[in-house]
This record gives sequence, structure tokens and C-alpha cells, in this order.
Amino acid sequence: MELLIFYPLALVSVGLAMGVVFNKSPIGSAVCLIGMMLGLAGVFVLLQAHFLAILQILIYAGAIMVLFMFVIMLLNLKDDDKVWKVRERNVWLSSLAGALMVGVLYKIVNITAGAEFNAPAKVPDEFGTVEMVGTALFTDFVLPFEVPSILLLAAMVGAVVLAKSNVD
Amino acid sequence: MVPLSHYLIFSATLFSIGVLGVLIRRNAIVVFMCVEIMLNAVNVSLIAFDRYLNQHDGQIFSFMVICVAAAEVSIGLAIVIALFRNKPTVNLDELNLMKW
Repeated sequence: MELLIFYPLALVSVGLAMGVVFNKSPIGSAVCLIGMMLGLAGVFVLLQAHFLAILQILIYAGAIMVLFMFVIMLLNLKDDDKVWKVRERNVWLSSLAGALMVGVLYKIVNITAGAEFNAPAKVPDEFGTVEMVGTALFTDFVLPFEVPSILLLAAMVGAVVLAKSNVD
Repeated sequence: MVPLSHYLIFSATLFSIGVLGVLIRRNAIVVFMCVEIMLNAVNVSLIAFDRYLNQHDGQIFSFMVICVAAAEVSIGLAIVIALFRNKPTVNLDELNLMKW
């Protein structure tokens, strides 16, 4: 039963991720990326990580993608013919890297498909709710919770400084 | 039930697509989007392990990954805007000022 939900979600997510890479216009890529984030939120719900699914939609599909859209429209990016020009100098290197990537993917599929995984653990009903994740976050992981706040503060200041100053 | 290996293969596929995009696209903003795909792929495998081991650590770590992604995007897009002000292009091949 869960497979029937998982396969369409996974196929749509992978297809939309390919759409991000192979779309000619940046706006099209951004729209595909939003769709992929929503598909991944569905996968998270399937994994009973409800809180993370909501965060995925709020932060990724909401905030981050709005920022992307804003910058794309601000810079008024048009479709770019030069984007798909193959650089002759790098053809062999690229082919080698692609072959290596396919090999790594094959190896991962091979290992994970052959491994003996137990059935999913028996989890309580409230697994992945705000209460459970919040309790873990504010008891065992207080320091890792504070570090990203410093990071976000630094990012905020850095973004303002970078976008404001006239570099020339 | 979905076996764990399905989630891991899904995650590896998404990660490879992200790497592919970073390697073949020349548009700086699309390269950022492909980095986002890679971060999301990692989140999928973290949360899948979490569910199958009945732990909470993976969800906390994917929370951190989302925080880092937000910071990375804000800084990265600010850098793109600052670059665009200097030279009106986002083609990474043309931004070779620091090329040795």
C-alpha cells in the first residue's frame, strides 16, 4: 500500500529534479524545484516526519524559492543559448566524471538492494510530531540548536553587507 | 512497507542529478538550485534512517541542514547580485576574473 504512494512521489520528484537541470529558462527550473520540494514533503509525511514536512514546505518551497524567484526576476535573466555549448577541451574529463558517477550510483544500488534491512522499527504514534522533535531539540541538542542561530545571524549581516556595498 | 533501500536509492538518484546539474549548467542561479537538490537528497536519507531506527537525531540534523541551506542561499544570491553589478552576466564561464 505504501509503495503505491511512494513510487509516484519518487518518480515525480526525480522527474522534476531532471526538469531543474534540463530546463532552458531559470524560471522554469525554479518552478520545477518548487514541485520537487513539495514531492519530498510528501515523502517525509510517508516517513512520519510531519514536522519536517511542514518545515520543508514553509522554508524551502516558501521562503527559499521566493528568494530565488525574486533574484531571477530582479536580474531579468533570459533564456541563454550559450548555456548548452559543449566545451571541447573538457569532453574527455566530463565523460570520465560521468562514467564514474554512474559507477558510484550502480554501486550504491547494488549495496543497498543486497543488504539485509530489517522492517521499519515500531515507532510510537507521536513520532516526528512537533512535540517529540522539539523535546529532542531542547534537551539533547541545545548547543547544535544555538549554533545555527549564530550562523543565520552572520548570514543576515553578510547578505546585507554584500548586496549593499558598491564593489568596483 | 517500503524497504529502506528504496529510500536510499531515491536519495542517491536525486544527489546524482544535483551533481550532474552543478557540473553541466553554467547559469549561477541554476547551479545554486542544483546544490539545493543535493541538500534535499541528504535530508531524505537522514529522515529515512531515522524512521527505520526509531531515533530523532536524523530529524534534528536535517533541521540543521535546512538552516544551513537558508543561510547559503541568502549569501549566495547576495554574491550573485554583487557580481551582476560588476559584470552583467550570470554565466559562470565568463566570471573568470580570479582565474590563474
